[in-house]
Amino acid sequence: MTEEWQRTTVIGGFGAELAQLVPDRMPGEGGGDLTNELLDAPVWTDRMLAAAGIPVIDAPFVTVGGGMGSFAMVDYLRIAGVPPERIRVLTNIGFPWQTYEYLTRVSQISGDSRIRSDSSARPDNIWGFPSYALQEAWQDRSLAPLWHVLIEPVFADYWTPRRSMVFAAMDRESRRIGYEKLIARGAVRMVRRRFGGGYFVLLTPDAGTSRTKRVAYRARFVHLAVGYPGLRYLPDLQAYREEHQDYERVVAAYEPHEHVYETLKSRAGTVVVRGGGIVASRVLQRLFDDRAKYQLPTSIIHVFRTYIDGPHGPHPWMRRKGDHGWAYQGFNYPKSVWGGQLKARMRKLDGQDRADLYKLIGGTNTPRRRLWQRQLADGRAGGYYRDLQGVVERAEPGPGGGVVSYVTGRDGEQRITSDFVIDCTGLEADISEHRVLADLLKNTAAVRNPLGRLEVERHFEVKGTASGDGALYASGAATLGGYFPGPDHFVGMQIAAQEIADDLARRGWCEKIGPVRSTVQWFKWLAGTPV
Amino acid sequence: MVPTLAGRVQTRLFVLASAGAIVTAVITPFIGIASSPGGAYEAAYAILATIAVIGIIWELIYHLLMQWRWEKDWPALFGLVSGAWEGAAVWLLLAAHVVPGISTTPPLPAYLLDFIVVWLCAWLATQGPMRVPFIRWRFRGGRLV
Repeated sequence: MTEEWQRTTVIGGFGAELAQLVPDRMPGEGGGDLTNELLDAPVWTDRMLAAAGIPVIDAPFVTVGGGMGSFAMVDYLRIAGVPPERIRVLTNIGFPWQTYEYLTRVSQISGDSRIRSDSSARPDNIWGFPSYALQEAWQDRSLAPLWHVLIEPVFADYWTPRRSMVFAAMDRESRRIGYEKLIARGAVRMVRRRFGGGYFVLLTPDAGTSRTKRVAYRARFVHLAVGYPGLRYLPDLQAYREEHQDYERVVAAYEPHEHVYETLKSRAGTVVVRGGGIVASRVLQRLFDDRAKYQLPTSIIHVFRTYIDGPHGPHPWMRRKGDHGWAYQGFNYPKSVWGGQLKARMRKLDGQDRADLYKLIGGTNTPRRRLWQRQLADGRAGGYYRDLQGVVERAEPGPGGGVVSYVTGRDGEQRITSDFVIDCTGLEADISEHRVLADLLKNTAAVRNPLGRLEVERHFEVKGTASGDGALYASGAATLGGYFPGPDHFVGMQIAAQEIADDLARRGWCEKIGPVRSTVQWFKWLAGTPV
Repeated sequence: MVPTLAGRVQTRLFVLASAGAIVTAVITPFIGIASSPGGAYEAAYAILATIAVIGIIWELIYHLLMQWRWEKDWPALFGLVSGAWEGAAVWLLLAAHVVPGISTTPPLPAYLLDFIVVWLCAWLATQGPMRVPFIRWRFRGGRLV
C-alpha cells in the first residue's frame, strides 16, 4: 500500500455507512503506536485511536490474512456485486497462493506435480465448473482427463489438478476481480471491537509505507482467514534439535530439506520417516523415485504412531479402508463433508457429539494411490522399506554422524539408527500461537470449539464477538472443529465465503447471488471479462 | 456428486422436468415413438414422468447402497450406468401396459433412443451445468429448496 493510497482513502472515505457512527473523530496527537490504554481496553473508541495518533482508514469489509481464504471471500463478494472500494485485504504476503505454493513445494509437490484436490475444487471459480479436468481436456485437446474423472474413484485414482494450473487460474481470476488493488500490506496486530459498532483492525504497515507505526482500519465487517497458526514439532524432535543444535539430520517435511535427498545421492543411507499422512506418502515417493532413478541403496524405516491394520470404524456404514499402517481416503475428510451427507450431519452437532464425529472421519490419512501402493510393495519385497508401530521416546546423535531414535511400540523397545529423520507428522500449533487469534480469545467472548479451535456459527461468524451492527467472521484452518468440517480446503473456503456472503446479504449489506446473477457472472468468468 | 436423500430426489425431479422436458420436446418428432405427433408427445412425456416417479424408488435404493461407501459419495459413473437398469425397468412397465397415457408399447428402438438421449442430457446437466444458475446446489447435497 502506498502512502498516497492511504491518504486518498482517508480523505475520500469508503465509510459512508460508518460516518454516522463516528462523531468523535479528532486529529491525532500521539505517536501513532499502541498505547497502554489501547492494549488494556477490549473495546476501542475513535477518540482513543485519535489520542494515540493512529490514523484511521474506513473500509466496510476487511479480510485479514490475504491467503486462499481471503481470496475466496473477496472473489465471492466481487461476483456478488460488492464494489472494490468497500473491501480491503490486509496481508503480509504478496499473492494469495504464496504460502500454499511454498508449503507444497517443500513437501515434494513442485512444478507440474498434481495436488491432492478434486477436479471441481477450483479456488478461482466459485461454481467449480468447468472443472480442472474439463479445462485440461480442452487445453490438451484430449479426452483422457474426462475419461479419468468418469471412472474415478472406482477404476482409477482420483484425478487431481496440476499445481501450475491451479496457480495460473488463480492468477487469472485475481486480475479479473482486481484483487491486487484491494491489498494493504503489513502485519495485522489485533482486531478490537469498536464502541458504537464494528471493529478496528490494527495494522503494522510494511516499513517505509506509512508515516506512523500503526494504522487502524475501521470496518463494520471483519473476516479472519489467517491460515495455520504455525507448525509444531514433535516434543522429542524439538528437544533433539534444541539440545544438539542439529537442523540437518532431523528435519520437518514442511521445511526445506532438499539436502537430505542430495546427500543420499552421494552416499548410502537410512532414513526414518515419521507420520502416516499424505506428506509422508510424498516424501516416501521422492525417496523411492530417487532410489530407482539414481540406483541408490537407500533404506527406509517408517514409524507410525497409530498403526492401521485394516478397515476400521464402528459399523459397516462407517468403515474406512486401511492397511500396513495407513488409513486411506481420497481427501483429508470423506468427500461428503464438502456438500453431502456428512456436511448436513455435522451441521446439527454440538459439543462431544461433534468431537466424536470429527474423530471418526478425521485422523491422519492418505489417498490409496496405485503408484504408492506399488512402490511400498516393492520396498517391502526388496527389504529396503520397513514399517513399524511406535512412539519415539527420544532421539540422540549416533555414531558416524547419524541419529539414534528410541522407539517404544507393539514390538517392544527398539533402537533405530539412521542418517536422517524426516518428520511428516505436521502437527499444528494451537490457535493461541497466532497473535490475532490469541488477542481475540483474550478480549472478546470468543470460545474454542470441541477441537480447540475458534468456534464459529454455521454462517462462520465467530461466536461471542458481535459488535453493534457489525460481525466478525473466520474461515479456514482456525475454524476446524466447527459445524462445517473441512474448512482448510479449496471448496471449504468457498463454502465459508458463500455462507458469509449470504449472511451479509441477510444483513442488507450486499446482494445475494441468485440464479440470474450467477449465470451472468459465470459467462463473464468464462469470457474473462471483469465482474 | 455427494448427495443427500432429499438432494437426490429434488435433483432428479428438477433435471428431468427441465433438461429432460426440453430434450423430449426437441427429439420426439424424430424418433417415431408413435404414429401421430400428438400420440408421440403423449407417449414421450409419459415415459419421462415414469423415469421421474419410479426414480424416486431408485433413489431410495441408491441412498441405502451409498451408506456402505465411506466417502458417502456417488461417483459420476454410477449415475451414468444406472441408466441401464432404470431404462430396462421402464421398458418392462411399458411392455406390461401399466404406464398411464400409453396404450400401446412403443417400438423398442424408438424407446431406446428416447431414453438414452434424455438420460445422457439429464446426467450431463448434473455434472456441472446445474451449478451455473444454482450456486448453492453442490454444497447442499443436491437440494434446490
